[in-house]
Amino acid sequence: MRKRVVITGLGVAAPNGVGIPVFKDAIKKGISGIRHDPQLEALQFSCQITGKPDVPENLQLSYLEPLELRNFNSNGILYGLIAGMDAWKDAQLPINNTGEPDWDSGTIFGAGSAGVDKLREAIYKVDDLQVRRLGSTVVPQTMASGISAWLGGKLGLGNQVTTNSSACITGAESLLMAYERIVSGQAKRMLAGSTSDSGPYIWGGFDALKVCTFKHNDHPAAGSRPMSATASGFVPGSGAGALLLESLESALDRNAKIYAEVLGGYVNSGGQRGDGTMTAPNSLAVQRCITGALQYAGVDAHEIDAINGHLTATGKDTLEIENWSIALNRKGKDFPYINALKSMIGHCLSASGSIELVAAVLQLHEGFLFPNINCEDLHPEISAIVDEEKIPQQLIHKELNLIAKASFGFGDVNACIILKKYK
Amino acid sequence: MDQETLIAAIKEIVKPYTKNEEALNNISENTDFVNDLQINSANLVDIILDVEEKFNIVVDNDSMERMLNVKAAIEIIQSKLAGQ
Repeated sequence: MRKRVVITGLGVAAPNGVGIPVFKDAIKKGISGIRHDPQLEALQFSCQITGKPDVPENLQLSYLEPLELRNFNSNGILYGLIAGMDAWKDAQLPINNTGEPDWDSGTIFGAGSAGVDKLREAIYKVDDLQVRRLGSTVVPQTMASGISAWLGGKLGLGNQVTTNSSACITGAESLLMAYERIVSGQAKRMLAGSTSDSGPYIWGGFDALKVCTFKHNDHPAAGSRPMSATASGFVPGSGAGALLLESLESALDRNAKIYAEVLGGYVNSGGQRGDGTMTAPNSLAVQRCITGALQYAGVDAHEIDAINGHLTATGKDTLEIENWSIALNRKGKDFPYINALKSMIGHCLSASGSIELVAAVLQLHEGFLFPNINCEDLHPEISAIVDEEKIPQQLIHKELNLIAKASFGFGDVNACIILKKYK
Repeated sequence: MDQETLIAAIKEIVKPYTKNEEALNNISENTDFVNDLQINSANLVDIILDVEEKFNIVVDNDSMERMLNVKAAIEIIQSKLAGQ
């Protein structure tokens, strides 16, 4: 029998709430974190609304020393540190101040890019023949593995410390990789998570691809509309989510609070063949990913109580629903409840999977379904597959046993995770 | 610029990078940045940039390598200032 793995700590820096208590309250109330973005307006973006965590300087000082904040310009690392260190503390693990690393704990903390604003600064200096004036801060803030390296140092981690990167499945993938490291017996605890920088240099490429909405610049909170008939593209977001994974044995030994159990999952790719491309999913691969996750977890499709979807508010939402319906062989009133957190926080790209997993774990732990906002006009092709009562638009208090979480990303990559209420 | 003024200026510059407060309070010509003040060696380049800015000088690569303690820093600053 496989080693059982549980979640004992959570942390989040989301556009609608930084820290678990604020975030939990926000998702229950359906509070949007999407705001007008003056910088994007000044830069003449088509989409001028975004989701960014609110991280004032006094909050930053709880995670970084004044010296570390000197010449600090990597908001993705900042978000990741907030989420990661919070998850560690939430699990009531001590900050390791001994001379010895914690050999049993590591991190797989993903990112889509690292310190783009810092990199921009450096590029200007280099081109201006000022390479010697870069100082010591460029490399740790711009290396792809920056966030895991910073967390490893803050927490004294002595097991694997690495960063994964796989577009919008990064967060889901990091959790699965962390899970596997524990199942294989190579670590007792792994901090899983992912982060995404905010700012025009991250979001510009998506604006140019015309995948972001430009129809809601005057009413930001209504802009992110997964599953809506008037969905017109995603709202760019940013932030970080973190989950402390631990072998059940270790959690019980420490008498730790257990949020949920990870039953495992599956990752695959559509190979950019068939209807799959760099930017579009191969449906067969999506379905295989979902059924693969169920099979690994030893769960029957009919046992799934709720889905935490990828659902970005592009034209692909209907296709996603179709794929879930085919993979689970469920529809209408028999379809599981389904939630789209992006309706409140936008698409947080490489951080989306982790932030959404944090929300899913909170749902299991406390027994609720957060409301889907901005889908009062459900897309008719979606309501043809899923009964409207399964797409809650109000908070529902309900005991849930199994949640399936999936993420899909550029490169035709897929990840699906099965989470279970711990009993 | 006399030695005392220079040491005081260096003390101000290294202060944010220093992990050993007591050694900073007792800073003298014989203080070593890494061993005594427990400054992260990666920060030595930042200290050099701060020195350049403060004294409006340019520290060449050879001097940079030598600038590991207060004594060397004083010598380098004085020689660069004299060369101007």
